[in-house]
Amino acid sequence: MKHLVFTAGCLTAATSAMAQDSDQTPELTVYTYDSFVAEWGPGPQIEQAFEATCTCDLNLVGVEDGAALLARVRLEGENTDADIVLGLDTNLVAAAKETGLFAQHGMTPDLDLPITWDDPVFLPYDWGYFAFVHDKDMDAPSNFKALADSDTSIVIQDPRSSTPGLGLLMWVKTAYGDDAPAIWEGLSDNIVTVTKGWTEAYGLFLEGEADMVLSYTTSPAYHLIAEEDATKTAAAFDEGHYMQVEVAGKLASTDQPELADQFLAFMLTQDFQSVIPTTNWMYPAVELDDGLPDGFETLVQPEKSLLLSAEEAAAKRDAALDEWLNALSR
Amino acid sequence: MLKLEAATIRNGTFTLSADLIVPTGATVAVIGPSGAGKSTLIEGIAGFLPTAQGRIAWQDTDITDQPPGARPVAMLFQEDNLFPHLTLAQNVGLGLSPNLRLSPDDKARVRAALNRVGLTGMDTRKPGELSGGQRSRAALARVMLQDKPLLLLDEPFAALGPALRMEMLDLVAQIASETGATLLMISHAPEDARRITKQAILVADGTAHAPRPTGELLDNPPPVLRDYLGS
Amino acid sequence: MAALIFGALLAVALRAETGRGFNAADWAALRFTLVQATLSALFSVLLAIPVARALARRRFRGRSLLIALLGAPFILPVIVAVLGLIEVFGRGGWVSAALGTLGLPPVQIYGLHGVVLAHVFFNLPLATRLVLQGWQEIPAERFRLATLLGIDGWSMFRVIELPMLLRLIPGAFTVIFAICLTSFAVALTLGGGPRATTIELAIYQAFRFDFDLGRAALLSAVQLGLTVFAGGIALWLARGEGFGSGLDRGLRRFDGKTTTARCIDALFIGVAAVFLLVPLMAIALSGLPGFADMPGQVWTAAVTSLGVAALSTVLLLCMALPMAAAIATERGRMVEIAGLLGLAASPLVIGTGLFIAIRPYANPQAFALPVTALVNAITVLPFALRILVPRARDIVARQGRLGLSLGMAGLPFLRHVLLPRLRPQIGFAAGLAAALSMGDLGVITLFADPNVATLPLQVYRLMGSYQMEAAAAASFLLLILSFGVFWLLDRGGHRHAET
Repeated sequence: MKHLVFTAGCLTAATSAMAQDSDQTPELTVYTYDSFVAEWGPGPQIEQAFEATCTCDLNLVGVEDGAALLARVRLEGENTDADIVLGLDTNLVAAAKETGLFAQHGMTPDLDLPITWDDPVFLPYDWGYFAFVHDKDMDAPSNFKALADSDTSIVIQDPRSSTPGLGLLMWVKTAYGDDAPAIWEGLSDNIVTVTKGWTEAYGLFLEGEADMVLSYTTSPAYHLIAEEDATKTAAAFDEGHYMQVEVAGKLASTDQPELADQFLAFMLTQDFQSVIPTTNWMYPAVELDDGLPDGFETLVQPEKSLLLSAEEAAAKRDAALDEWLNALSR
Repeated sequence: MLKLEAATIRNGTFTLSADLIVPTGATVAVIGPSGAGKSTLIEGIAGFLPTAQGRIAWQDTDITDQPPGARPVAMLFQEDNLFPHLTLAQNVGLGLSPNLRLSPDDKARVRAALNRVGLTGMDTRKPGELSGGQRSRAALARVMLQDKPLLLLDEPFAALGPALRMEMLDLVAQIASETGATLLMISHAPEDARRITKQAILVADGTAHAPRPTGELLDNPPPVLRDYLGS
Repeated sequence: MAALIFGALLAVALRAETGRGFNAADWAALRFTLVQATLSALFSVLLAIPVARALARRRFRGRSLLIALLGAPFILPVIVAVLGLIEVFGRGGWVSAALGTLGLPPVQIYGLHGVVLAHVFFNLPLATRLVLQGWQEIPAERFRLATLLGIDGWSMFRVIELPMLLRLIPGAFTVIFAICLTSFAVALTLGGGPRATTIELAIYQAFRFDFDLGRAALLSAVQLGLTVFAGGIALWLARGEGFGSGLDRGLRRFDGKTTTARCIDALFIGVAAVFLLVPLMAIALSGLPGFADMPGQVWTAAVTSLGVAALSTVLLLCMALPMAAAIATERGRMVEIAGLLGLAASPLVIGTGLFIAIRPYANPQAFALPVTALVNAITVLPFALRILVPRARDIVARQGRLGLSLGMAGLPFLRHVLLPRLRPQIGFAAGLAAALSMGDLGVITLFADPNVATLPLQVYRLMGSYQMEAAAAASFLLLILSFGVFWLLDRGGHRHAET
């Protein structure tokens, strides 16, 4: 019993100590997703690099995933502690802007994206292509129609609970428009199952439950570089690949506007960007002086990049979701 | 003295009425046919059953609405008189302090009480390890320490053999006389009643009658008791 | 308790701006939720009866360890358990591989049966323990008497065991039904697609993608309503007498000595053990390779999780014991239903509600661990009450009078009679609380602070950054720790598994 009381005491002491450290140096609070702040994610290196230039305290707060991140900021509204939100993707941008909580960044950076970026509120910091990842020893289909006609099995994520799932929905919609429902009906016997999030789907794939999993063209780079495993690759689809662009924005309510601007500028410098490829496993948003890390040259390069504007994505989402539900609920 | 003034004790749909006086220090048997309400009477006095009408008083203090633990009553039930998870010393110690805060002096009294009932050295045993007779003795040791002026017995020895039962009854009688307690004891066996009680209350047809000398009642039983005794 | 849950719900509802009512898809989700929860609870409880009966009347080497181990699936984080199950029952799993060598097609686990299989995997252990406890609460004296009367086998079941089961089953069923109501990741993953949409998924969607708090609150209220309804029926069915107390003799059974009886018991114990333990073995096997070089954060997180578990256990006992005492002394039937709410309340809604409530006054991050511990404690409360109440009732019924006659009302009775006699149940409940709190992701994600991640959160983070091997190792560590605290506390209340 005494031990328990002791532990409880320690917990309270520890949490309150954390809540009140340093009110001398200015503090910049950045809300981001969970895996960004992990020991092995980009967070620690970026924090160190930024704090070396700003004489400030960078406080990275991890919140589950992009959708949870936005929900959290909406929940907190104008009283939010966040100065910056980093980690929304283009599917969430329209909803984020609609809240009116974000301020314009006023920057015109030199970006290295396959598409032009001119959003006045959000700045991209990395990007990637959605793709089906599979083992190299398999003959992968080269588009959705071929996939639907084959007996290749796939695991996908639910667009109602995960951003890659939503990305796939938009991919099919963008590539096939009104024919999207027919594609989904064709795919329904290929889909082993639909998961809550990326983690579950990728886990199932690695367990051998399906031939392919919805992920990113950059996923094989992780296996190659971090695990020296060259057996994974991504299937190139000839209708093009839908992009995921991850963005950051400044809150209008920030009490550190200059510091926030400084961070957004820092985000597009080499110090920040060079960390991204091998920690976040995505492409950097600007060209790297030293080029991409070894191994990235082996990745599939899509012929065509697909991406709906934030507004279009928001407008098409509900109808696309109904089509998806109808096709797969049969 | 114990006074039941036009008291009606309720036990579910059954009611028992009693209007009687038991003098202080008396030893009284409660006899009557099965199902007549003997246990109802005892549990009413102990406070486990509500008194619907009338009142119960001990030495002119009204105890009608007192909770069982506050009444001047020690009681032994037919079974389950000891807590199975506590040692004998703890079980007996409960007679001194319901929260088991026992001073060294108290502990000595507990040991003495165990000695008195013939359970020397058994302090750390648990009820499950004892014979029926030993369990009865332990319960009596606790009754001694409780030192309440009223002792109620609801046939706690019914399961013991005749010789052992007599032994226990004698022990009860001794303890009652040592502590000056007033004893009320339900009995099915006339010889038990004759052995240690001087008076007897007849319970029959929903009424507890005033005490009469035990021998007289048993020698000339009213018809309802005669049928029951089978004599 | 109820105030906390409804308060959180209200906080969410008050913040709601838009609100979309119940549509056709929601009705479909409601139907699927009810069907899967009913089937899952039914199978868990029905299978638990023969398993618990076999365990109750057999004594063999390693029995208590087996009983403890059987509880392990229940305390695992969902994703870990699902991957363990898949490794065994999946298309590429061990069973399919074995079938493949015989030239048979692989098992098809995805579908309603897969959902039920997974839920039975999670809940069979809990059901078994609850039912086993019922058997252990029948005093040895009753079995002795029955044996003396020549009652054996089927008659033993009808005369002594069936009444106990009838009293116990509705409660066990309701608890498991309520757990399965809020299932989401398991149902979706093993259900094989959007056909397997549960209400909890709709809540998640309303929150995360539509930010429609009104809808989230409405759906959550529907979940709570279903649980209260089921709980009400269960309480009504579970009326009846207890078995009375005995003299705490070691429980020895004299029946079931025939060879057939032995074989049937062995069969049930064996099947349950294989079904529950093999996936655990799969988890252990995939965790071992990465065990030596896990990132340092995993160990920090492990310590944090132990702290949360400890706090959660204390909070649980502070709530459960007074509630159990109140219910046992017939002062609160409603208290029991209130206790059930913790299960059916969507962690997402409770977490968000608390978040909204705390935020105006303090930084929620500072409360991440206490809030996690509190919500975990509330979640375990219904189990704790299921475990404590029947026994507490019997104690009060049989020994309440003796206590009263000795003036032990109130605290002394609690301290010297109720608590010591409830010790095995308290140990079991505390063990469950600690273990579930170790394994539960619950609300931590909403309050999370990068520096104080719990172990399950760390597992998700590792998986989210491709580090499957480290994640498997961390899952294994989580399995060991959850099981360790459970075993320690449960053993602390000893008797339970032994006699």
